[in-house]
Amino acid sequence: MSPAGALVLLHLLGAGLLAAWPARAALLNLLLCGAALVPAALLLSAPGGEGWLRADALNAPFVMLSAIVGFGTALFSLEDVRGEGFDGRRLRSYHAAFQGFLAANHVALLSDNLGILWVAIEAGTLASVVMVGVHRTPAAIEAAWKFFVLCGFGIALALFGIIVLALAGAPHLPGGEARLSAAALREVAARMDPALLNLAFVFLLVGFGTKAGLVPLHSWLPDAHAEGPTPIAAVLSGLLLNAAMLAILRGQGIVAANGEALSPGGFLLAMGLASLLLAGVTLWRRRDAKRLLGWSSIEHMGLAAIAFGLGGPAGNAAGLLHLWGHALLKSAAFFAIGRAARLKGDQRMDAIGGLARSHPPLGWGLVLAMAGLAGLPPFSLFVSEWWLAGAAARTAPWVLALLLPGLLVAGLALLHAMQRLCLGPPTPDAAPGPAGLSALLPLWTNLLLALLIALALPAPLAALLREGAGLLP
Amino acid sequence: MGLGEIGYDVAHLLGGAMLLVSFVLLAQRRLEAVTGALALQGVLLALAAAWQGHVQGAGQLLLTAGIALAAKGLGIPLVLRRMAAALPPAQRADAPGPLAPVMLGAAGLVALAFLVAVPATRGAPVLARVDIAIALAILLLGALMMATRRGALAQVAGLLTMENGLILAAVGVAGMPLVVELSTAGLVLVVAVIAGVFARQLGERFGAQDTALLDRHRGERR
Repeated sequence: MSPAGALVLLHLLGAGLLAAWPARAALLNLLLCGAALVPAALLLSAPGGEGWLRADALNAPFVMLSAIVGFGTALFSLEDVRGEGFDGRRLRSYHAAFQGFLAANHVALLSDNLGILWVAIEAGTLASVVMVGVHRTPAAIEAAWKFFVLCGFGIALALFGIIVLALAGAPHLPGGEARLSAAALREVAARMDPALLNLAFVFLLVGFGTKAGLVPLHSWLPDAHAEGPTPIAAVLSGLLLNAAMLAILRGQGIVAANGEALSPGGFLLAMGLASLLLAGVTLWRRRDAKRLLGWSSIEHMGLAAIAFGLGGPAGNAAGLLHLWGHALLKSAAFFAIGRAARLKGDQRMDAIGGLARSHPPLGWGLVLAMAGLAGLPPFSLFVSEWWLAGAAARTAPWVLALLLPGLLVAGLALLHAMQRLCLGPPTPDAAPGPAGLSALLPLWTNLLLALLIALALPAPLAALLREGAGLLP
Repeated sequence: MGLGEIGYDVAHLLGGAMLLVSFVLLAQRRLEAVTGALALQGVLLALAAAWQGHVQGAGQLLLTAGIALAAKGLGIPLVLRRMAAALPPAQRADAPGPLAPVMLGAAGLVALAFLVAVPATRGAPVLARVDIAIALAILLLGALMMATRRGALAQVAGLLTMENGLILAAVGVAGMPLVVELSTAGLVLVVAVIAGVFARQLGERFGAQDTALLDRHRGERR
């Protein structure tokens, strides 16, 4: 069996196992995520495979990243889920949904068949709804409902886009599943009807853009991040948004291969800039720490969309590196905030303060994660934003007039929030205790990885980044 | 194939009837009537899928038709009707807002769908062209219904209409692979949403006790 198949099967079996056998679910969850690192690493070292699970230079790093963030999140859950006070049944559905979500996410990343990609994204939505609403408070149920309705609406539009793509490809492809294969569609895209391709792309962009949290269909994102348990927020930001963005890029790759179709970059650029500017302003007015990080995800997905919209090897490399760095730093920030909210008994920003003094390893970890998210060196988001600005200056200098103020406003808002959360006098703890290794380990590991890919990107990974950027238009 | 030929005419007729039902859905106040219209649309969808299966000689579309008939023509509307009946009388009707702007908006969306889809599908087979345009119109009307209604059940009805439009589009594309799989997956989504509404209804009925119980478990989060 190929490593890709093994990876998906592992999580699917894990979901079944955890649904059936609740004893020590958190530990079992961690072991499964640890085991998943092996096939993910194999895929990264030798991307390939045929059939409908195909790893290439573009998605193999994301699979590895998902496995790392998934493992870190499972480690964080080990301690965190104890504080939730779930009963046996809820614990079981929570962990089973986590494994099911990981399986769906890996299929969505790896699938070459657009129909299966769609089914995987839908299955991931269903699994994450279970996890977002698990608290059953009115706010959590509202958040889960909003997530459900908006994402249901979004993926319905995306499926229409996929059907139109199949219609466009039908005259040029043999029958059967090849008609939904992204690779096959891309090969014949130059001969397809450009009008159909335009129609398909608009629906794919709006549909998968909903899942990627791009403005104007972003409003589920902050709620789902704030009301669900913290581990879910970490995987939503670290995994789901990337999978949705890659789905958009697959559509973009097909449409851009046709010279007469609309250039898809402009749409991505517009949605990205709107996301960046709206999030930049909104970040200043947040009072809930997890909602703040949710809005920051909208900002960073916007930045990646701008990079892919600019396109070319430089823009695409900036976008990919940005997605990598964002997944690592955002999940790190969620681990820190989640632990802090547990210690303080509250996730409002007023209630969390002076973390750097009261819990130095946790507080300084959060300082670094938020500084990284604000785009400060030496973390990888600084590098990708630098590349992005460079690509913009070369290909579309007017973008800089919006990009730079947006980056500045959003970055300052995050630094301001960081200062309130971490520096200054500590607020009282509701449940005094140490920060705990299960939060500190994944936090600092992710910070180190984000530092590593910024300062000393290993040569094979750099080659994958270049090759992956070359696969995009 | 064109106007006056039976394959084209019947497909056109069934699609047009589905679109008409979408308008009926938009205008309905009582949830009971909404479920009736949904059932009608489900049956029409099943007929359209079966007809396309017959015209294209594609056997698996008959399976799609069977699933649509069982689930969308019968099962889901019955469940929704039962859920609507369980609601307090005041919530059994869901105002669609002022009717005239909604209907005007709907007409505008249909015009938009045809203006966009007909020129875009110029190169496609005629049978698919009509289907895609009508399906897009149904999809947009479903979206409009989700946007204008506030009640959960009416929003589910909107989502179900969107699904119907999608399946109509999928069966219209000759040789579209995975139609059965995709329609089943779409159905799972709708069923899960309905389960969610059901859970929410339960939650509302026992809401006060439940959350108090939870808060004690979780410490003061808010």
